[in-house]
Amino acid sequence: MNELPILSILILLPIVGIFFMTLIRNNNDQSSNNLKHTALWISFLNFLISLYLLFSFNQQDADFQFEERYFWIEYGISYHLGVDGISILFIVLTTMLVPICILASYDSIKFSVKEYLIAFLALETFMIGVFCSLDLVLFYLFFEGGLIPMFLIIGIWGGERRVYSTFKFFLYTLAGSVFMLLAIIYIFITAGTTDVSYLLDYNFTRNEQIVLWLAFFASFMVKIPMWPFHTWLPDAHVEAPTAGSVILAGVLLKMAGYGFIRFSIGFFPDASELFAPLIFALSIVAIIVTSLIALVQEDMKKLIAYSSVAHMGFVTLGIFTFTVQGIEGSVIQMISHGIVSAALFLCVGVVYDRLHTREISRYGGLVSKMPMYAFTFMIFILASLGLPGTSGFVGEFLVLLSIFSINTYFAVFATTGVVLAATYSLWLYRRMIFGALIKDDLSEMLDLTRREIIIFVPLITLTIFIGIYPKPVIDIIEPSAKKIVSQVNGKLN
Amino acid sequence: MENILHIIPEIFIFCSALILLILGLFIKNIKLINNLAILSLLIAVALVINQPYQSIYLNSYVIDEFSSLFKIMIFIGSIVTLVMFVSSREDLHINLYEFPILILFSTLGMMVMVSANDLLAMFIGLELQSLSLYVLAALNRNSLLSSEAGIKYFILGALSSGLLLFGISYIYGFSGNTNFNLIAVNYNSESLGLLIGIVFVLAGLAFKVSAVPFHMWTPDVYQGAPTPITAFFALAPKIAAMGLLVRFLFNSFGELYLDWQQIIFFISIASMMLAAFAAIAQTNIKRLMAYSSIGHIGYALIGVACVSSEGLRSLLIYLMIYLVMNVSVFTVILSLKRNDAYFENISDLSGMYKNHPFTTILVALMMFSLAGIPPLAGFFGKFYIFVAALESNMVFLAVIGIIASVISAFYYLRIVKIMYFDEPKEEFDGVNIRSLQVLFYPTSFLVILFFIYPAPIIQLSEYAIKSFY
Repeated sequence: MNELPILSILILLPIVGIFFMTLIRNNNDQSSNNLKHTALWISFLNFLISLYLLFSFNQQDADFQFEERYFWIEYGISYHLGVDGISILFIVLTTMLVPICILASYDSIKFSVKEYLIAFLALETFMIGVFCSLDLVLFYLFFEGGLIPMFLIIGIWGGERRVYSTFKFFLYTLAGSVFMLLAIIYIFITAGTTDVSYLLDYNFTRNEQIVLWLAFFASFMVKIPMWPFHTWLPDAHVEAPTAGSVILAGVLLKMAGYGFIRFSIGFFPDASELFAPLIFALSIVAIIVTSLIALVQEDMKKLIAYSSVAHMGFVTLGIFTFTVQGIEGSVIQMISHGIVSAALFLCVGVVYDRLHTREISRYGGLVSKMPMYAFTFMIFILASLGLPGTSGFVGEFLVLLSIFSINTYFAVFATTGVVLAATYSLWLYRRMIFGALIKDDLSEMLDLTRREIIIFVPLITLTIFIGIYPKPVIDIIEPSAKKIVSQVNGKLN
Repeated sequence: MENILHIIPEIFIFCSALILLILGLFIKNIKLINNLAILSLLIAVALVINQPYQSIYLNSYVIDEFSSLFKIMIFIGSIVTLVMFVSSREDLHINLYEFPILILFSTLGMMVMVSANDLLAMFIGLELQSLSLYVLAALNRNSLLSSEAGIKYFILGALSSGLLLFGISYIYGFSGNTNFNLIAVNYNSESLGLLIGIVFVLAGLAFKVSAVPFHMWTPDVYQGAPTPITAFFALAPKIAAMGLLVRFLFNSFGELYLDWQQIIFFISIASMMLAAFAAIAQTNIKRLMAYSSIGHIGYALIGVACVSSEGLRSLLIYLMIYLVMNVSVFTVILSLKRNDAYFENISDLSGMYKNHPFTTILVALMMFSLAGIPPLAGFFGKFYIFVAALESNMVFLAVIGIIASVISAFYYLRIVKIMYFDEPKEEFDGVNIRSLQVLFYPTSFLVILFFIYPAPIIQLSEYAIKSFY
């Protein structure tokens, strides 16, 4: 145990960055540039550290690695960190998206730059913490703590209806999560500890499982979000600044998916099996209904937000099949959605920065003025609808495969979602990019700047790489997914 | 004579109050008197820490871990009030040398309250504390609001003392004893009078901790009283009354908890829910803090209602965190000053972050902490309260508690919203004086960084309840 406490470093580095940034004055353009560079380099350094983590990760080992455990509050509640093949990918996703977000905010944030960057780095700490904590209280701390910076990011730097949206976001998520808190306390009392690796081997009685599962479900279903509690998401997305939307879609939603995999099915397999039909039904309703809603949206961000709900429907479908394929598919779907939806929001941000509107009808024929933008946007639109050769396909395919092995009807309904996704995505693309360039204010549009190209290149590369050669990613997930499935099956029998 | 050694802190506070009273006649330097009062409180802290634990005077006065911890919390509350007094005494028109002396007498009353193990000692402490507080609330004689607050508090306080005395007389009449440990010895199913006594005493104490339905005085008094005294109301007397409530219930009726548990159960739920809804409509920040404190008392009472060592432990954790959070918030309220005038409306905070970015982020975090959002200290308070509630199978109480905490998050968020999202106004003086900085920054950082290592507080509260379990 004399290794470097690399997970703690990942969590603490943004905090250190915040500390340095509070020391930098913010009174002119020069100093605000300094602040931006500091935040960017700190988050980039964190990304490099997470890459180091990824490469020194032992892929054959299904257990938790890089574990750290210190006495924290009292016996049973400790500061316990660790990663396995599932959480490590989310950590890398987080550390990758944060520098991109900061880079994307270079020009779009006009005031209170310092506070904005501090909020972002604090958010990064909380997000990384969520994925590596192996103690339920610690997990809850990070899970809920992320609400504070996000509340401020949407509320201060958001659009016109930002106050309404941010209150809705905060209170919805809080109301869901407090039930999880009671469940965690109950677990602490009955099992005597909140240590995840201990609890994974602990057997709750069936009735306990049902109540606890529902409490966790209340929190995760709001956060992921599942129909019918998804309504906060479009509002939050629409009003959030571009980078806020990116993080919201890219990472915050994944916390709930991760929670389902790690806690709901890990701790409560009986209840999960019992409620799986409910999840399937809600997911399929979500996929179809929100896809249809997305079809009629006039606002680009709202459309992508609804498509997020639909994509998350696939994730929950895959998780609750309890098959290795399903869980792998869900994780890849989440990673892919983290990259693709983040990129789509960035694409929206690109044109929003130029024209200051998100109304689809204000655009049209952009291809003749912005060819590079049109190309980039196309890649992500195609990835979003799950075209083979993009990352979106791999996840959806695996999920559909696993659900097909469970129930044919569910698979048929879920597949209609793919068709609908193609409809609304391509239609969005057609309305914005193709057609004649007739609107006057569009004739001045400039193509991607160098900074924007730097932002998009890694995202495009990853999307296509995972789409063509997903093996490295699957290799990382597989041992852990197998372990989870065998654990669940072992408990069920 | 030996017994006197055990109450040296009390005697010391008493003597210093008297000496300062006489000094005040001759020395016109109010700041000096105030500083001497602070000094004597600091010495009293040292004296309390070094006290041997013992029960004296025929077991009517107890000095144990529990009373010592409460006394130190009370001293902190009093010291904070006196420090606040330094910077605000002139502008609030309370520049009177009686202020520190009344605080000292009130503190003495509270010390007696938390150590009392006898109905009479309890009543003496309670009255000494209350009488000082009546005067303090009305200290700004030229302000209509302040006088109204004093009168209102006096009338309702006198009523509650009446209820309390009535209850005491019943208890004495039916048990023939006033000592907490002996009251319930002969309890049986026919001692209905004793039960009536408990109800009346609890009503009187609920008034002192301002639990619903005996909370009516709180918003008016909080609003009317000068801000340092409001802070004092929020910090010291409630904590002292809570300590007294616990000792009265656990020492005398600990075995018979089924008789009083439901009363606490009810006032706890009522306090949490009423405060959560009533605070939403407030426009004055001191009134809002009044409802907030009612709500927090409701949570703390969950700890009492559990009747378990976990319950008492969580109560102590909660009160300690509550004390620290309130010091920070009231300091900020005191810093909302512009051209020697104080501002108390919530709308005055509008856009505060433009002019005071650092203060505002700390205040916002205090609000999140009061709402119980992790990773701030307020979360740990609520966490342990809910641990205790679930451990005692009080699921209903815990569920009501979390629902109330979500509702109350709304009004705390509203303050954050006004500070951050609304149009900026003129600059305030802000936390610019040393005496305010000394209070504001340490408490704020304590709340924010509490999560790094919360174990000491938890161990301390476990240590303090040793005499009960």
